[in-house]
Amino acid sequence: MGGWLFDPAHWSGSTGIPVRLLEHLGYTLLTLLIAAVIAIPLGAFVGHTGKGGFVIVGLSNALRALPTTAVLILVVLWAGLGDFPVYVALVLLAIPPIMAGTYAGVRAVDPVAVDAARGVGMRESGVLLQVEIPNALPLIYGGFRGAALQVVATATIAAYTGAGGLGRFVFDGLALQEFGQMLAGAVLVALLAVLVDLGFAGLQRLTVSPGLRPVGTGGKR
Amino acid sequence: MTWIFENWERFWEVTEVHLRLSIVPVLVGFVLAIPLGWWASRSQTARAVLFPFANILFTIPSIALIVITPVLIGVKILDEINVIVPLVIYTVALMVRSIADALSAVPGNVVAAANAMGYRPLRRFLTVDFPLALPVTIAGLRVATVSNISMVSVGALVGLGGYGQLFTEGYQTDNSPKVIAGLIGTVVLAVLADGLLLLIGRLLTPWARAGR
Amino acid sequence: MKRIATAVAAVMLLSACGGDPLTGSGNNEPAPTDTIVVGSGNFPESRLLAEIYAEALTAKGVKISKKLNIGNRELYYKGVQDGSIDLIPEYTGVLLKYINKDATQVGSDEVYEALKKALPQNLIVLDKSEAEDKDAVVVTKQIAAQYSLKSIDDLVPYCKDLVFGGPTEFQNRADGLPGLKAKYNCEFKEFKSLDVGGPLTVAGLKDNTVQAADLFTTDAAIKANEFVVLEDPKNVFAAQNVLPLINEKKASQQVRDTLNAISKKLDTKVLLELNEKLSAPDKPEPEKVAKEWLASAGI
Repeated sequence: MGGWLFDPAHWSGSTGIPVRLLEHLGYTLLTLLIAAVIAIPLGAFVGHTGKGGFVIVGLSNALRALPTTAVLILVVLWAGLGDFPVYVALVLLAIPPIMAGTYAGVRAVDPVAVDAARGVGMRESGVLLQVEIPNALPLIYGGFRGAALQVVATATIAAYTGAGGLGRFVFDGLALQEFGQMLAGAVLVALLAVLVDLGFAGLQRLTVSPGLRPVGTGGKR
Repeated sequence: MTWIFENWERFWEVTEVHLRLSIVPVLVGFVLAIPLGWWASRSQTARAVLFPFANILFTIPSIALIVITPVLIGVKILDEINVIVPLVIYTVALMVRSIADALSAVPGNVVAAANAMGYRPLRRFLTVDFPLALPVTIAGLRVATVSNISMVSVGALVGLGGYGQLFTEGYQTDNSPKVIAGLIGTVVLAVLADGLLLLIGRLLTPWARAGR
Repeated sequence: MKRIATAVAAVMLLSACGGDPLTGSGNNEPAPTDTIVVGSGNFPESRLLAEIYAEALTAKGVKISKKLNIGNRELYYKGVQDGSIDLIPEYTGVLLKYINKDATQVGSDEVYEALKKALPQNLIVLDKSEAEDKDAVVVTKQIAAQYSLKSIDDLVPYCKDLVFGGPTEFQNRADGLPGLKAKYNCEFKEFKSLDVGGPLTVAGLKDNTVQAADLFTTDAAIKANEFVVLEDPKNVFAAQNVLPLINEKKASQQVRDTLNAISKKLDTKVLLELNEKLSAPDKPEPEKVAKEWLASAGI
């Protein structure tokens, strides 16, 4: 694998490692953005009102059961090849963890804080945006980072229907029975996942109130 | 939907394979994860080592693991082991964390009481710790099971069985009803498995609903 | 105690649903030695041929186990060599070039003879059929008109400006890009990995992502999309007769007779018709199409 990975020829050109890395990263980030835009408001709203939690959890579980390969193939058969099917499949994959995390986070906010906010005359939207969500951030990030890991790993499948990304190395390696290439693809995906997670961990550090940081690393979460 | 009725034999055949390929890894992975999770619940260093390792394992794309397994363990390429081993790895990676958290959450005073009553460690583990850890463990098992059921389809990309076969064949012949049939099968299987585990969890933890 | 018993019962119930999980009902343990494992490559025609072999043999009372849609030859050939697969439909020319990339035979009979000699000890091929399905360089009607293309020779001056699409392995195979370069001096600007004559390749041609592609001559998509198959006067693609590749130990007289009878009745026209049936709007299963053909061919 080292042989394939460090061969300079594989680092240049439109099918080289950097290009595929960027494609893969692109799929991941745009997917997470779209999924967050859909899932966070949904999860937060239902968490805030306390009604329909059953629907959220059920929907989350149902979406989790969808095999991404099948969704990808179906959208390709209906809408043609390209990147669109990839995004549909990956966004559906990313929504459950983000939605569940947001819902759980908002539900778990200390009711005393919520009560106090209402007590000082905050409107419901204020309670949601200024109290519940900031307090729910650790769990929201938890769901988000979990989703990120899944998306990075699963975006590999996009190459099956001709899209780009690091999966190209895995599938080409398979077709040519070149284990060096396949392993390199797998390793690069794992590396990218670690980097993406580190990135979001950093973002979490920056945006989550210090008061919410986990104190020590005790057994209870 | 009609595809399922018109091709019932094939559908059932594929379902059997898919079931087998999903359940075996969950069972094996669960059993393997118990000692590891137990260790992680008691040792800070264990957590620090196992958890990041588990996270990284999870990021290795399933297709890559499935293809590399025959090379690593020297099995024939069409052996079902090639899907089972990667899924066991994923299940263990998921369940170690789940079990560790579950065991850590067992109330310390209950454990102390049991010790005080003279329970030997193994008996205490089996009759006190483990049952109390069940709810969180089962939650983890549910995620692992649904996840496995979904991932088995990737095996079809190297000719292994399960609903994935319906996806690849449907793709090659532009046959969406076939793909949908496989999708329905997968989702139904996942919902049933999830429901079954939920039920088992409820049966095994009657105290959780006592006093309603 | 009671709860543990319930748990055990539940687990047993789960495993009862799926058959005994550890020994399985088919693929997990090696099939009993008198079963023939029929495999196929990852494209519809290969599946169809495998189903034809399988159905015919089953009708004669032979025990069959199917492992279809495995992958490309680079993948399934290993299975044939290690005995996981006993029987698979093959094509003379490509198989020969795969085993011996320096093979130079092109004519149907010479390729057949050379193939028989090139195969390893434990594998044999039975009678070849008249049916041929060759790889070909295919372009759209528009491109053919634009560059006045009839044969690959006509394409040569434009190769370096065009993008070629095909299965990933086409880049490496002796009768793929290297062959086109060696015999026609045609080197394309870029190669795009698509699939094995499937939807990606057809779509790639249609939307001009690639200007030329590797498709199979019996593919119904060629007629359906009015693609033009470029002639191959220098014979990069040798004769490709359809025939069964089988593990010698499983080739009993009955098996040989049955498969040879099939090969007698298979010709290119039949393949084209059957492929068209497979891509009809109602998408019949290859098993059904195979059974119907066997019935009509009187096997």
